[in-house]
Amino acid sequence: MIRFEGVTKQFPDGTEALKKVSLTFPSHQLTAIIGPSGCGKTTLMKMVNKLEKPTQGEIYIDEKPITDLEEVELRRKIGYVIQRIGLFPHMTIKENASLVPKLLGWPKEKTASRIQELMELTGLDPDTYLERYPLELSGGQQQRVGVVRALAGDPNIILMDEPFSALDPISREQLQDELRNLQQTIQKTIVFVTHDMDEALKIADTIVVMRKGQVEQIGSPAEILGNPANDFVRSFIGVERIQRQRPFGDKSLSEFIGLFKTEGTGSAHEVSGSLTVKEAFEVLEQSGQTHLAIRLGESRHVYAGERELLKAALAKEEGELV
Amino acid sequence: MNFFDTLVSRQDMIQTAFLEHIYLSFVAVAIGIAIALPTGILIARYRRFAEPIIAVTAIFQTIPSLALFGFLVPLLGIGSPTALIALIIYALLPILRNTYTGITGVDGSVIEAGRGMGMTRTQILRQIELPLALPFIMAGIRTATVLTVGIATLATFVGAGGLGDIIYRGLQSYNNSLVLAGALPVALLAIGFDLILKWIEKRTTPKGLKL
Ligand SMILES: Nc1ncnc2c1ncn2[C@@H]1O[C@H](COP(=O)(O)OP(=O)(O)OP(=O)(O)O)[C@@H](O)[C@H]1O
Ligand SMILES: [Mg+2]
Repeated sequence: MIRFEGVTKQFPDGTEALKKVSLTFPSHQLTAIIGPSGCGKTTLMKMVNKLEKPTQGEIYIDEKPITDLEEVELRRKIGYVIQRIGLFPHMTIKENASLVPKLLGWPKEKTASRIQELMELTGLDPDTYLERYPLELSGGQQQRVGVVRALAGDPNIILMDEPFSALDPISREQLQDELRNLQQTIQKTIVFVTHDMDEALKIADTIVVMRKGQVEQIGSPAEILGNPANDFVRSFIGVERIQRQRPFGDKSLSEFIGLFKTEGTGSAHEVSGSLTVKEAFEVLEQSGQTHLAIRLGESRHVYAGERELLKAALAKEEGELV
Repeated sequence: MNFFDTLVSRQDMIQTAFLEHIYLSFVAVAIGIAIALPTGILIARYRRFAEPIIAVTAIFQTIPSLALFGFLVPLLGIGSPTALIALIIYALLPILRNTYTGITGVDGSVIEAGRGMGMTRTQILRQIELPLALPFIMAGIRTATVLTVGIATLATFVGAGGLGDIIYRGLQSYNNSLVLAGALPVALLAIGFDLILKWIEKRTTPKGLKL
């Protein structure tokens, strides 16, 4: 868990990038920070690995104040994908990606197999790309290498500053899905900065909406969408997107089967397929379970957690329905 | 006497002067590197000192070379140390300035990535800044070398030998062939060093940057 307590950052030139920010990034969850350009997202993120130091306040990782932690050691344990990619141009992709494992003193074979695995996971063919130099890759490919490099040392905390911004919409969606799936297995504490509300809604467990160095709202995607704290958050989500949610919230679950999972996980609360999406949200919350088992026939079920319900609420008429 | 006869008859003298010349230039550049390279690295780290230190070396550079040799003689007497010191002073600026601009010119996002990944300052310097600045540093060394080879012809005025001896003798005796026999090797030396160092410069450019 990463906790900010009354963190203020004033740059030497007087710019106040963060104003008394207090918030928590829960362990094993993906928290997205979203807000307009210049609102302090990058600054907030860089505080976690001490690339920026607070002028006031303190940050705690697992309740240890980070002022007590040695910065070089701390950074080696935190994966960091920087906004401007920052691959080392004179090193091959392999050398770039192996840097942190090397700093950590991993044996060569372990590093090599880890990199191999991560390259495949991010959709880069190791045989084609490992020996290339960054300038021989497209912007999107470089960004993927940035992600590989950040994950290479198997850090528990991963900071990602707009990691998918240079990607085309298709690979972007694909990487979002992959990150989501990856997160389900690796369960790291991820802080993810983005400009893009759709991206945040899609991948985050928790969303932090920021404006001018302050936090406007923190909540799950459903909370942010259903209950925007103020006009700023509302306008940032996009009025259109909220309205899109309404009519579909009244449609029944059975219309969205294709969006739900076919396999259940442990205990789920059973509901009928005729429930509306909106009702389903409420039932799920009251049940205290993570998933609903939606009955479709005698013994046929599909399963939906908050995320899947949200997808249903956001689904557009065309294409995404089955 | 024509040029070739001069070359043959004064062969020993020219050869000695040539070797002296190489010695002077080589030692001056080597010491210049030993001073300017670490200084350049230091002022790239402590940037508030960069301006004044580069300014001082730039002022040295503006002193006419003959005048500098003249200044040094009363202080240090005649002989090769005096000549070397003058030559080193001239070699400093190009190496210092290029080291500084080479390092400070490294893309900030690359440095930030290095810091963010937990590299120490020394690791960043050795593994990122210096390799990326190397082509610039080599270019500075090349400029300094060519400059030094030229100015070393003045070493003769402080009794330090070199090809300047031949040129000066030729001038005094109105012997154009002898002047040429001194000047031509200087030019060849300068061109030769330039080519060799240019080749090294190319070799040291990181592969990933040549794309
Ligand atoms: N080193 C610095 N010195 C002075 N001001 C800075 C510095 N770094 C950032 N700022 C300022 O602090 C504010 C927050 O910057 P930050 O980079 O955190 O914004 P951001 O939310 O990441 O923006 P973007 O979405 O454009 O990346 C901005 O007004 C910026 O100009
Ligand atoms: Mg930013």
